[in-house]
Formats: sequence, C-alpha cells, structure tokens
Amino acid sequence: MIPAPPVSLSVLLPVLIVLGAAALVLVLDVLPPRTSKAHLGGVALAGILAALLVAVGRWGQEGRAFRDMVLLDGYALFFDVIICYAAALVVMLSMDYLARTGHESGEYYSLVLFATAGMMLMASAGDLIVVFLALELMSLSLYVLAGLFKTRLTSGEASMKYFLLGAFASSFLLYGIALIYGATGSTNLDRIAASAAAKGPEPMVLAGVGLLLVGFGFKISSVPFHMWAPDVYEGAPTSITALIATGSKAAAFAAMIRVLVVALRGAQADWSALLWVVAVVTMTVGNVVALAQSNLKRMLAYSSIAHVGYMLTGLVAGGSQGAGAILFYLLAYTFTTIGAFGVIGLCSRAGEEAVDVGDYAGLARRHPLLAATLGLFLLSLIGIPPLAGFVSKFYLFGSAVRAGYIWLVVIAMLNSAIAAYYYLRVIVYMYMREPAGESMAVAPSFAGGLALAIALVGIVLLGLMPAPFADLAQAAVAPLIR
Amino acid sequence: MTPGLLSVVTFLPAVGAVALALVPRRLEGVHRAGALLVAVATLAVSIPLWTGFVGDSADFQFEEVFRWLPSLGVSYHVGIDGISLLLVLLTTFLTPVALASAWYAIEDRTKEFVITMLLLETGMLGVFVSLDLFLFFVFWEAMLIPMYLVIGVWGGGNRIYAAVKFVLYTMVGSALMLVAILALYYQHGAATGVYTFDVPALARWVLPPGTAQNLMFLAFALAFAIKVPLFPFHTWLPDAHVEAPTAGSIILAGVLLKMGTYGFLRFCLPLFPDASIAFAPLVFTLAVIGIVYGAWVSTVQPDLKKLVAYSSVSHLGFVMLGLFTLNQQGLVGGVIQMINHGLSTGALFLMVGMIYERRHTRLISEFGGLWKVVPAFSALFLVVVLSSLGLPGLNGFVGEFLVLVGAFQVSGWLAAAATSGIVFAAVYLLWMYQRVVFGEITHEANRSLADLTPREWAMLVPLVVFIVWIGVYPAAFTGKTEATIAALIAQVQSKASVALAR
Repeated sequence: MIPAPPVSLSVLLPVLIVLGAAALVLVLDVLPPRTSKAHLGGVALAGILAALLVAVGRWGQEGRAFRDMVLLDGYALFFDVIICYAAALVVMLSMDYLARTGHESGEYYSLVLFATAGMMLMASAGDLIVVFLALELMSLSLYVLAGLFKTRLTSGEASMKYFLLGAFASSFLLYGIALIYGATGSTNLDRIAASAAAKGPEPMVLAGVGLLLVGFGFKISSVPFHMWAPDVYEGAPTSITALIATGSKAAAFAAMIRVLVVALRGAQADWSALLWVVAVVTMTVGNVVALAQSNLKRMLAYSSIAHVGYMLTGLVAGGSQGAGAILFYLLAYTFTTIGAFGVIGLCSRAGEEAVDVGDYAGLARRHPLLAATLGLFLLSLIGIPPLAGFVSKFYLFGSAVRAGYIWLVVIAMLNSAIAAYYYLRVIVYMYMREPAGESMAVAPSFAGGLALAIALVGIVLLGLMPAPFADLAQAAVAPLIR
Repeated sequence: MTPGLLSVVTFLPAVGAVALALVPRRLEGVHRAGALLVAVATLAVSIPLWTGFVGDSADFQFEEVFRWLPSLGVSYHVGIDGISLLLVLLTTFLTPVALASAWYAIEDRTKEFVITMLLLETGMLGVFVSLDLFLFFVFWEAMLIPMYLVIGVWGGGNRIYAAVKFVLYTMVGSALMLVAILALYYQHGAATGVYTFDVPALARWVLPPGTAQNLMFLAFALAFAIKVPLFPFHTWLPDAHVEAPTAGSIILAGVLLKMGTYGFLRFCLPLFPDASIAFAPLVFTLAVIGIVYGAWVSTVQPDLKKLVAYSSVSHLGFVMLGLFTLNQQGLVGGVIQMINHGLSTGALFLMVGMIYERRHTRLISEFGGLWKVVPAFSALFLVVVLSSLGLPGLNGFVGEFLVLVGAFQVSGWLAAAATSGIVFAAVYLLWMYQRVVFGEITHEANRSLADLTPREWAMLVPLVVFIVWIGVYPAAFTGKTEATIAALIAQVQSKASVALAR
C-alpha cells in the first residue's frame, strides 16, 4: 500500500493565497453589483499583496512538501516577490485600462491570479512534473488573456498563435521530461542529479536537456523560439503584454535555472556551450530586428528578446554569481518593462491605443511628466546609470567576465550600444519632434499612475542602492549551487 | 556623515535642478535666474578648492570615501589632484557663462533647458572628481543624456541626426571600456585578493604587460579617443557642434572634450603604462595627423561654427601630443592646453553665437567690415582669435609651446609637422577674422548690428581676463599641476620598469 504523502500546505501558502483570491473573484463576479467590476480588481490586488507579504515574511525559511515536489527556499521566495510585484502592478494598470476599453470582467482578474499562481509554483517546483503542471496553469490562463479583446482581430490572432505554438513547445518540454525520466528513473530534480552523477553522461539525458531547452526557450522567447513574441505582444491587451513580458518570463527563468543547475549540473559543459550560442543569437536578432520596428509594442517585444539574450549570459557564466545576477536583472527588468508598457497603456489616439512611435511625437510638450517617466524607463532599458538597468547589466556582465567569457560580454555590450538607437528613437519623438494630426489623449488613472510611480521608484532605488537587493539575490541562489 | 566640499560642489547643481523642477513652468525668469544663481554659487563654492589646494603635493586632496556597494568593492571615492583641480574649476567657470549665453537664445522649454544644463554640470564634475572606476563610469554615461537632450531638443535644423550620432559614438566606445573595467577588476582581484574599483589602489598595482594589458588599454583608449576626438574618430564633432545651441557648444568644446584627454591621463597612463608606452607612437602620429588635418579642413569652412569645430580637432591634437610625449614639459603643456582650449574655444563659440543671435547666419561670406559697426565686439573677438592661434602673451602660446618642447624630445619630425599646425591655425583664424571684421560692409543688414550688451560684457570679460592671465603668468596654473604630473610620470616609468625587470 502506498502511504499517503504528508500534507504540509504551509509551504504552498503564498500560492494558495493567490488561488484563494482567484476563486473569490470568480464567486464575487456573479454577485451584485453586476454593473461595476472595479471592486474585483481590488480583491485581486489584495490577494497578491497578501501573498507578497507572506513571501517576504518567510524569508530565511526552508521547507519541502508533497514528497519534495514543492520546495520553499530563498530562491522560490525571491521569485515569488518578483512575480507578485509584476502581478500587482499589472492589476493596478488594468483597472482603468479595462474600464476604458470596455473589457472589464471578473474572469480577467481571476485568470491573472491563476496565471500568477502558476508562475509562483514554477519557481518552487522541485519536480519536473510540477514544473510542467505549473507551466500549463500559467500558459493556459495567458492564452485566454491574450485573446481577451474578442472583437479585435489582432487579439484573436495573438491568442491563437500563442496557444498553438505554446502547446507545441509544451509537448517538447514533456518529451524532454520523459526522456530524462527514462534515463534516470525519476522526475525529482535532486534524484535526477544523483542518478546522472552516478551513471555519467548519457545520450538520452542530453537529448532530454535539448528538448527541455526548447520548451523553456519558447517561454523565455529565446531565438529561434521567439517568433510568437512580437505578434502576441502586439495583439494582447497591453496589461497582459506586460505580464507576459515580465511575470511569465521570470517564472520560466526560475524553472529553467533550477532545473539546469540542480538536476542537470552534470551536463553543465554541454548546456552552457549551447546557451553561449543561443545567448549571442538571441541578443543580436532581438536588437537588430527591434531597430526596424515602428510599433512600440513590437519594439519592446524584440527588446525583451534581446534582454533574454543578456540574461542567458548569466546562465552561461554559471555559479551563484551568474544565477544571482539573473535574479537581480529580472527584478530590475520587471519594474522597467511594466513601467514602459504601463505608459503605453495610458496613451491613446483617435480612440485607438497609441502604439506607433509617431503617436508619441511631441508628448514631452503636452504631458511632460509622462514623457519623462517613459524616458526614464527607456534609459533604464538602455542601461544608462544610475538606473536599475545599468546596475543589473553590470552585475550580469561582471559575472560573465569573472567566469572568463570576455568575448561574450564584448558582444553583449556592443549589442547594448545598438539597442540604444531604437530606445532613443522614442525619446527623439517625444522630445524632439512636433506632433502631427490629432493629438494624443492620456487617460487619467489613479491606480495606473500609482503603479508607474512604484515602478519608477523601483528603478531609481535599485540603481542607486542595489547592494541589499543584489545580496539577497545571491543569497537566494547560493543553496542551489553547492 | 557630512558631505565634504567636493561633494557639495559636485551635487549642488543637481540639487538646484531638483529645486527648479518644482517651480512652475510659466515662471521662465525664475528658471533662468535660478539656474544662473545655482551655477554661480557652485563656482563660488569651488573657489576654496583652488585656494585650499596644496600645489606641492601630488596626493589626492579633498578626498571623501564612503562605501557604496561593499560586496563589489565599489565606494563613493572622490578627490582631486593637480589635473582634475583645473578641470573642475574650468567646469564651474564655464557653466554660468553657458547659462548666461542662453538667456535670450533659448526661449523654448526654458525650464527643461536649465534643469538639463545643471544636471550636465553635476555629471561633468562627477567625471573629474571620481576616483572609483564604477563611480566614474556612472557619471561618464549619465552625462551623455543631458548633452544628448541639449543638442537634440534645442539644436539647429539637423539636430536629431547630430544628437543620435553623438550618443551612439560615445556609447560604442564606452561599451568596450566597461568590459575592460570589469576585466581589470577581476584580474586585480585574482592577483591580489582585493576586489576593488578604487583607482589609486588599481594604479599602485603592476598589471603584467602583454596582450591583456594592450587590449584593456585599447578599450579605454577607444572610449577616450572618441570623446577627445582623436583623428579618425572625430566625425561626430562637427555635426554635434554645428547643431548644438551656443550654450551646448561652449560646454561641449570647453569641458566635454576634456573628458577624453582627462581619461587618458587619469586611467590609461597610470593603469596601463606598458601599453601606453607601446602605443605612444601610434597616438603621437594620430595626434599630428589631427593637428594638420583639423587645421586644413578649418581653412576651407564657409561656416564660422564649423571652422571653430574643426579647429578643436586640431587643438585637441596638441593636447594628445603633449600627453603622449610622457615627459614633464609635454604633459604640463597638455594639461594647460586643455584649459586654454576650454577658455579660447568656449569664447569663440560664445562670440559666434552672439553674432548668430544678431544676424541668424554663421556664414563667413555674410559678414565683413564689422569693425566699423561693432568695434568692442571686434576687439574682444581679436583677443580671442589671437589666443586661439597661440600668440605669445596670451594663453594659447603657453600650452602649445610646452607641448612642442616636449614633442621635440620625442620625435623631431613629428614635432615639426605639428608645428605647421600653428602656422595653419594663424592662416584659418586670421583669414576668417579678416573676412568677418575688416574690409567694407558688403551686406546692408550688418550696418545696424548692435554692439555688446552689458550681459555679453559680463560673460566675455572674465574669459578674457583668464586668457591674458594664463598667457602672462602661467606659473599660477602650472604650479598647481606640476607636482602631480611629475608623480604621474614617475609612476608610469617605475611601473613600466618593474614590468620590464620581471
């Protein structure tokens, strides 16, 4: 008889809070008042903040549950914080955005919460099966959310594309899990590591690693699995684009780093050589194609691909320095990217969302504060000190130089210089050109403004006082890398 | 902990910028006056740096060290020596002049303009006072953005092209410099066990000569050479200068270009002595090419501002020549020439801006016979032109003479070629002056030009005072810097010989 596994739900508490809030939103959705859904956003926000507080409060604790399938450690908690920040900012940005576009609904908030729960679970997965389940929970919610604007053709296209390619990628991931299970006899990360260490390198494990990298590569949108990103980013509601660009990317990195450095440590020479190439190709393709974009959402999509390339250099560098630098980078990147998408979500022209760079001509004259805000987010994405983007790049590339990958860093830095061109082009339009045609309208939004203010404080704080956060990131990854 | 004098000087403009950001936009007069007040206050606060500086000492003075990112070995370490002292004062001196020059010239978005200029001043001062590579890089990159905005928002017709070109050139250069900074940091850490970005600590350590040192030198040198600009990295400069507003040109020529030469002095020479010696002939040659090429191209410019811009390529060539002679006369001359160029070329841009404000053209062919209409302007313009071409008794002569004395000790032929640059300088400057000021009035619009206003007098007189002062009694300035230069040369030579002895 198989003994029932010991149930210790407390390890899962942050995830459970988010799931509970999601269920609560679903119930409240059918109760009066039926005309306004604003309060549901408040419930969702409260749930995320509660999970955030619990995650922060648990810092330093360790735990395992469900036969080591779910882990509670500093690493998971650090990602919980990143993801909760991302989700909270997205919910705040969504409130007025949805009302303005006429798509306010209860299921939106519950799906965001479900996706958030999936992301958090990915960060605490100690078993490939949980990785897969959590990934699906996140992905399925996001597929639906991408198609939320039912009447808009691009939104439907985004959803369909995301779903089809995502399902394809998930099957690669599952196949990789199956191969690794076949070779090592376990799906548990620690046991895979032990078995691989005992048996030595096996072709089947390597094949499994390759397939896993395809699956993760899709979720983090690394080249050549990035094709979906521009279309999905463009078509999805801007608030959801922000969530896909930050939360889901962070979660995929969380699972990927843990799987690679814990379970597949033995094959590090193989995957790090592969990732070296992937990193270079990803950052270069992302930056070069971004140069040609005039749609801001597509430009940010390619820019986010480029940033994935930078982050992969940390994984190539290896060690707690490299992995810790990725964590810090993700934190900085989350604030910056959500901020940039948040500004776009506030701007509209002739009733349509203002996504063309030309729409932003002369923004600095009419809305100086908003233009300065977007400008600072873009400067942080370039990596101009003293903003968060610079310090996070510094940590990341520092770890790669330390590990001896000088040429990789040279390529990455030259890429950053190329990237400056397309980010600066937006600033050129905002500050140096005059508007043509109908002027742009900026929706007043208290929650959205607050979210932007938080993100702005975040990038300035992380830029000027990075030490405590970077040290936390190092502490979070240190136990993984023994 | 109380911030020291140097931090006050550095951050006072930024604090002023934040304060002005809170003032409503429509109070343009408050913005103009407030910014000028802040800049003058910064100048006033920086004077004790000069009076309190001990010229006999080669040590860093007014030092402040606070731990910033202890886990990385980054600290907020600032201090000045005989080289940075002069550049800090040049910056605090030229910024109020630039702000005053923009009093009427900048009418659009005054608030943003003055805030940008003040942030730029903090960035520039930060570059000159930083003694930590991380801190230096932060200021180095951060000051790009205000300058980019000054050119791109308040510049001329082709301003966007010029601004983007300026930023991209600089960013490519500094991208590789950051890699070299990281490489140096880890190599030093691995060799000594101390991971630090502290410049004096890194400079004390002897980096083994070889490919690694050469590559790091080249990475730093590229960033600085673009900024100087050393031939053939100069192509951004004419665009940036021509499009920038007068205030931007003054700061760009007066201070920003010096960051490149300062970088060579502060980082390349002491950190990579062997590579510096190895590459000195290359730099030397490029400097001489720049001197002659800049002078020739200046000669044929129809546009006053472009002429002055190319003359900067020529003059900065003298600075680079001086620095890479690696002897006392050459280096002192190079440092003085940095200050001279800041004063003379800053004044030239200022005066070109003054006639542009009156006539809205900068074409030399549009002028002629100005002496009859605006004698005071023409007289001061003559002083500035003569200072720029190196007339004995004015500041330009001192620097160029010392540089050439140093250069002749290294290579007679190259020094002779460089000397021809002085002759050509006389050609393009005097010919320009002749066409603008002498002769008959050929354009009716020039008959009604107004002579200098009190505001313009107030800007020009201090500049001319320094031009004459340095020319007549340079020891007041060289005295502050000689001890530092001697120590720097000793350091370079001792490190290079230690490396040879291994």
